[in-house]
Amino acid sequence: MDEILEILEANARISLEDLEKLTGKSKKELEKSIAQYEKKGVIIKYKTMINKAKIKNENGIIALIEVRVSPQKDVGFDLVAERIYKFPEVKTCYLISGTYDLLLIVEGKNMHTVAGFVSEKLSPLSTVKGTVTHFMLKKYKEDGIILTQGEKNKRLAITY
Amino acid sequence: MKNTIAKHIEKVAPSGIREFFDLVLGMPDVISLGVGEPDFIAPWRARERAITALEEGFTSYTSNKGLFVLRQSIANFLEKKHALSYNPDTEILITVGVSEGLDLALRAILEPRDKVIVISPYFVAYPALTEIIGGRVLYLPTREEEGFKIDVKKLQALMSQQPKAIILNNPSNPTGTAYTRGELQRIWNVIKRKETIVISDEVYEELMYEGRHTCFASLDKKAQERTILLNGFSKAYAMTGFRIGYACAHEQIIAAMTKVHSFSMMCASVISQVAANEALKAQKEVVQMRLDYKRRRDFMVRELKRLGFSLDRPQGAFYCFASIKNFKINSMDFAKRLLFEEKVAVVPGRAFGKEYDSYIRISYATSLDELKQAVIAIEKFLKKLQ
Repeated sequence: MDEILEILEANARISLEDLEKLTGKSKKELEKSIAQYEKKGVIIKYKTMINKAKIKNENGIIALIEVRVSPQKDVGFDLVAERIYKFPEVKTCYLISGTYDLLLIVEGKNMHTVAGFVSEKLSPLSTVKGTVTHFMLKKYKEDGIILTQGEKNKRLAITY
Repeated sequence: MKNTIAKHIEKVAPSGIREFFDLVLGMPDVISLGVGEPDFIAPWRARERAITALEEGFTSYTSNKGLFVLRQSIANFLEKKHALSYNPDTEILITVGVSEGLDLALRAILEPRDKVIVISPYFVAYPALTEIIGGRVLYLPTREEEGFKIDVKKLQALMSQQPKAIILNNPSNPTGTAYTRGELQRIWNVIKRKETIVISDEVYEELMYEGRHTCFASLDKKAQERTILLNGFSKAYAMTGFRIGYACAHEQIIAAMTKVHSFSMMCASVISQVAANEALKAQKEVVQMRLDYKRRRDFMVRELKRLGFSLDRPQGAFYCFASIKNFKINSMDFAKRLLFEEKVAVVPGRAFGKEYDSYIRISYATSLDELKQAVIAIEKFLKKLQ
């Protein structure tokens, strides 16, 4: 992966000045490459990762839903998936190999809203053959970042 | 306690530096550019292996030379990387860090008053251990204008004093200088005419940002025979606290080093040896760390130049050896004032040789955020100096 992408993936807020110092490329070159990546859809968006467990009064629940569906002639799973991922409640949708077909990550205010989504919107679809809903209890690690207390190097402040 | 401490021990260690280190260690919330070890934590697979080693009951001595499986892995690694062949049975010794390897190498070959060439600026252990063992140090100073590289003519002149050994550090702490194959060949051409042994400390080998590292022993068969190769896991794998190094050399030298090691150390920690063997498989992490260091180096060199320091871009290790001549202040005063006034720690150049009192060693083995804060603080400090 291009160095610019690698740095931006770790820190989207890095300034052009710092990026310049890290990569040795000029601001102009950097701006041009980044614009191209944005245009091509390589860079989709710049997002802030928030540890919601640390925000007071922040309610909400996350559910992982396994969905078994019947694929359709000619289009396979794509059309069924589209029918499902378009619901705004669905934050993530993957096609999976194994005992079920689609894995959804759904966010809702509470258990009732997620249950309502499953029983009123998802299950009634004729292509959906069955669902299993798992509610998330705690996040330990996300996108390679450990969310619980991180590790710290315990080295001395000065050594030869 | 008069007459208790041996004279040759008492006189070792540069004055003032230890006190400065104690000042830094006693001060909270210092932004430190003074650290000689990685800021990364050892790869998880090595740590995990250490944990399971304990669970499996690895709690005893190993053979004096170290676990055979680790020596075998190191032999394979050197064969693959440098086309160097060492017999894991007789030509490789596992040491407690490269520091012990250096101590053993010197003990194995030095007679009292034997001379050892040390290139300055030097890693502090080189002259200190040589003197503790009773050897004499022949300093070969290098200069900023020469990229802190050995001037072959000066080397030639020193060689006429029949030194028993020369200690090379490639890439170098504190300068970050790394030698090309051609440069090492020219150095070897001078050394090989005598009987001098080359002690080649290559612990920063994996931290090279320009070109490829050349192992001194790989120059030719004769060079391999006359070289004691020292390396370890501390820098490349961020495993300083595990204390694992290794020495590769002619079997007679390894046998002598093993003799000393077997009486003073017995063996390196078995848990660390098991973990080190696993670490060799963490090449992806090594590459990632190198990439990170390189970016920080580029950042730091640009910033230091902007602030008015004179320095060349170091090719390896994780240090900048920057000249403070422009600021008309000696290295100890600079370091002390920077510490007290801005809470940034650097190592005064004087620690690495008396000629280097107009340099400071800046370690960029710290996070980019800290480097940025340090640059702001140094900038503020320099304004006060002017």
